[in-house]
Amino acid sequence: MATEDTAVEHGAEAGGAGMPQLDFSTFPNQIFWLLVTLVVIYFVLSRIALPRIGSVLAERQGTITNDIAAAEELKQKAVEAEAAYDQALADARAEASRIVGEAKADIQADLDVELQKADAQIAAQTAQSEKAIADIRSGAMDSVKAVAKDTAKELIAVLGGKADAKTIAAAVTARMKG
Amino acid sequence: MADEAHGAEDGGLVFHPLDQFIVKPLFGGDAIHWYTPTNVTMWMAIVVLCIIGLLVLGTRGRAIVPSRIQSVAELLYGFVYKMVEDVTGKDGVKYFPYIFTIFLFILFANFLGLIPMSFTTTSHIAVTAVLGFGVFFAVTILGFVLNGPKFLGLFWMAEAPLVLRPVIAIIELISYFVRPVSHSIRLAGNVMAGHAVIKVFAGFAAITAIAPVSVLAITAIYGLEVLVAGIQAYVFTILTCVYLKDALHPSH
Repeated sequence: MATEDTAVEHGAEAGGAGMPQLDFSTFPNQIFWLLVTLVVIYFVLSRIALPRIGSVLAERQGTITNDIAAAEELKQKAVEAEAAYDQALADARAEASRIVGEAKADIQADLDVELQKADAQIAAQTAQSEKAIADIRSGAMDSVKAVAKDTAKELIAVLGGKADAKTIAAAVTARMKG
Repeated sequence: MADEAHGAEDGGLVFHPLDQFIVKPLFGGDAIHWYTPTNVTMWMAIVVLCIIGLLVLGTRGRAIVPSRIQSVAELLYGFVYKMVEDVTGKDGVKYFPYIFTIFLFILFANFLGLIPMSFTTTSHIAVTAVLGFGVFFAVTILGFVLNGPKFLGLFWMAEAPLVLRPVIAIIELISYFVRPVSHSIRLAGNVMAGHAVIKVFAGFAAITAIAPVSVLAITAIYGLEVLVAGIQAYVFTILTCVYLKDALHPSH
């Protein structure tokens, strides 16, 4: 406190008026300029600054609201697109499996036809072969019969017998059947 | 803030912590008439220029995505607007330009006063008393205009026991009339005290042994003063809002 008192005294000596705050002669001056200042600030604010800032803030609020709405819409679209994509994927899968099934059936049918053809061919060839074998066999029998008749005739001739061809043939045939 | 005339004195400690508050004519001469341009005029003009710079030039881009200065202006606007709306309610919003005017003036005057060698207009009781009493009269007149005699209900606690009501009314009445005084002295006192203390420490800095301590103290108090500059502007404004709320809604 002592220091402050001294200070005030010094100030008083220097300024000649104690605390400058209590120098009433400057009051009208300060009040006048304060009022001028406040009026100027008020007009600057109410005419220019506040409407401008207010409109900027409102505009920003509007923009943000719009952007959020747009974002919501886009999100909705994305969900729809995803659903469509999933649908397309499922369709494609179904189509693919259907095609695979068809192809399998076609191939099976072709295969069956070919198999049948091959079976028929094999059967035909088998029959032919059997026929050929039968021919060969019957041919062989005839040859054997002829050779047997000839041999029998020759044997009879050698043994001094006489036999007509008919009898010999009948005997040989009977023997061969037996 | 230093006064050159006294800075030149030598020999011992010289304290002139209050010289920084002296009102001087700007262009020489001794007489201070009500119209004389003084350092008060100059620093108030600087306040006006700063406000124009921040709130008019700073927002001229009207950008949706604000520039730095514009976002500071918007921040101040939003801060005070919300304060007015929260304290006084929706119907107090139309007084927002007046309150914002007071807030900006005090804020800028306080901060500009922290510039060394500057003059702090809000350290003068003449200035703060005009603000404080201005708010007081405006709010009182507004209260009577809006509510008529019902405005006196502000002093008549209907909830209190009947016996106590006159006593409370007297206390409320006294506190109501003390408002403008405390309102204005709080601001001027805070600002003036801080500046004077800095100046006293600056005086001690002349002694070599104490100088480091003194410089540290000045730094610390300066930081405190920066805080006080903002807080006092805030306090003055929010009290204005509270008084305005009483005028708009006198029933407790």
